[in-house]
Amino acid sequence: MSTTTAQIRVLIAKPGLDGHDRGAKVVARALRDGGCEVIYTGIRQTPEMIAEAALQEDVDVVGLSILSGAHLELFPRVVDELKKRDVNDVLLFCGGIIPEEDTEALKKLGFSAVFRPGTNTQDIVKFVYEHVKK
Amino acid sequence: MDDLVERFLAKDRRALARIISRVENETAEGREYLRALYPHSGKTHILGVTGGAGSGKSTLTGALAGAYRKREKTVGIVCVDPSSPFTKGAILGDRIRMQDLALDPGVYVRSMAGRGALGGLAPSISDVVVVMDAFGFDIVIIETIGAGQDEVEIAGTAMTTILVNNPGTGDDIQALKAGIIEIADVLVVNKADHPGADILVSQLQALLSLSPAGSRRPPILKTIATKGEGMDALISAVEDHHAHLQSSGTLAKHREDDARRQVLAIARQILLERIRESTPAPELEALVARVAERSLDPHTAAEELTAAVTG
Repeated sequence: MSTTTAQIRVLIAKPGLDGHDRGAKVVARALRDGGCEVIYTGIRQTPEMIAEAALQEDVDVVGLSILSGAHLELFPRVVDELKKRDVNDVLLFCGGIIPEEDTEALKKLGFSAVFRPGTNTQDIVKFVYEHVKK
Repeated sequence: MDDLVERFLAKDRRALARIISRVENETAEGREYLRALYPHSGKTHILGVTGGAGSGKSTLTGALAGAYRKREKTVGIVCVDPSSPFTKGAILGDRIRMQDLALDPGVYVRSMAGRGALGGLAPSISDVVVVMDAFGFDIVIIETIGAGQDEVEIAGTAMTTILVNNPGTGDDIQALKAGIIEIADVLVVNKADHPGADILVSQLQALLSLSPAGSRRPPILKTIATKGEGMDALISAVEDHHAHLQSSGTLAKHREDDARRQVLAIARQILLERIRESTPAPELEALVARVAERSLDPHTAAEELTAAVTG
């Protein structure tokens, strides 16, 4: 039916142990207002939980938020778990307290963008719409 | 069609997730999958969990699924959260309450946005439930959007409807009102460790005592979903209801009613599409304008509109 159209589905997840989810919630809300269906899974997610949620929810986009500094530890494991489940066509982005010098490593891992504090949320929405593989 | 159906029938969860998306988006491709999978459905006991926003539906659904897992039953869960009427966006946050099940291979949780449907469900919920049913879960649980007094559609799709109530949310006049309370097959008083739980239980009992003689009175159960308390009793109540459905012949009638409702709803959608296709937008707008300025009444306008396709 043309009365419903496919909305972009986004998983917003926070791997690791830091409990600061303000940023993740702000991004989830901005994407909601941008017309996306956002699955928000809350704090303290393991890489396995994130990948499993991405599989079950068949999302188009996965956004990871992290403030603990463990991104180079945890993000590769998320990517591995996604691959293990054959979820290899999602758009990946991340945000939080992530030093500039780690950007290259994250891009190599498959993260198309790294958003830092001060980012305009509209830029994140725009990024998702421009890069989503639909 | 690709190899998704084959993979689906071989219990590949990625194929399940993919097919649900296509069905949810109501694409022609989605209808093909549905056609292929429909014969495999019809075996699962479909439960509905409904109740007000914040009543503990998600937590209860998670706890109930956990209790079923202890009995080695597989569980598929569909949770619906509302879409924005303005942007069509949604925050789907029910998984947060079901973290214990996150890595259990016997559980599959799918969040759906309401996408403007009325009644606390989503437009394609029946089709998505057919897909989950065909996948072979022992139990499928549908969790509705936070429901108020009148969101009764869940009872059409679910065989057993669990209504989640909370203490402190109104007096016995609320319970006396028509609407959602009438569709409950099992009444749950969740957050039973909060003050007023026993009062609510007795109010509900008093209300049910007014039911006509001979009618089935839903059991009233106290639960504390956050602690998993009351789940064994809840499963027993659900099983009792299922046995009642079978012995009374109500299950067969439920299937028929659900099938009739689905067929008519789809037929209505098809007709609406045909009308839209057969009437160019300017023509429709001209008709609408005449109704708005009161030179034509809406009934006559609708008859003119439908004449083209029903001719």
